[in-house]
Amino acid sequence: MIQLTAEPIDHALLTEQVRQANCGAVVTFLGTVRDLTGERVTVALDYQAYPGMAEKKLAEIEQEVRKRWPVGELVMVHRLGHLEVGDISVAVSVSCAHRAQAFDACRYAIDRLKELVPIWKKENWDDGTTEWVHPGS
Amino acid sequence: MKVRIRLFARARDLAGADTVELELPPGSTVAELRRQLAMDRPALAGIVARSALAVNDEFAEDSLTFPLDAEIALLPPVSGGANSHEKVSRRP
Repeated sequence: MIQLTAEPIDHALLTEQVRQANCGAVVTFLGTVRDLTGERVTVALDYQAYPGMAEKKLAEIEQEVRKRWPVGELVMVHRLGHLEVGDISVAVSVSCAHRAQAFDACRYAIDRLKELVPIWKKENWDDGTTEWVHPGS
Repeated sequence: MKVRIRLFARARDLAGADTVELELPPGSTVAELRRQLAMDRPALAGIVARSALAVNDEFAEDSLTFPLDAEIALLPPVSGGANSHEKVSRRP
């Protein structure tokens, strides 16, 4: 299951959704809004997506993960809009029969998501300025 | 032909709009679209050079010729993309 949402992410519910009798391992990754980048202080982040393509890429990543690992269930949810420090921006939850598979599948899913899915974030620094994060600039 | 390009993140702020329109000859490639966009909108030239182009929700090579009715988007680098020092290479 994949989802883009403007609402807070209920990570306990997502984790519960992937639990299955034939899966002895569940791994949930949460990306949360961090307060410091180097010495700069973040007060909030704004996330913007290209929604249609983002959903398509998330669905492709889900299929990649299912091809590579014997996944019971997989959910990937990304929040959009204005998030405060500590808020959850992204959650990936995976169930597999065994823990090595679940850890690897979850790691792969979040790495691919960060690499491929067109979602951008804007820093809101504590001095009142804002800045889109585009690596390489 | 008239082509609409969707803009996001810093490109949207620089253009002050969420889409821009370009006039391009039919059969133009993505590379030609990039050149025309940078010429018509000098404020976007820097970000265009560093961005990917998407045609119909798929990353497009510069050599691609796109259809008249394609949905085109300029995709600036994402935070976990070009920045990630180790690319995903782990396989089971």
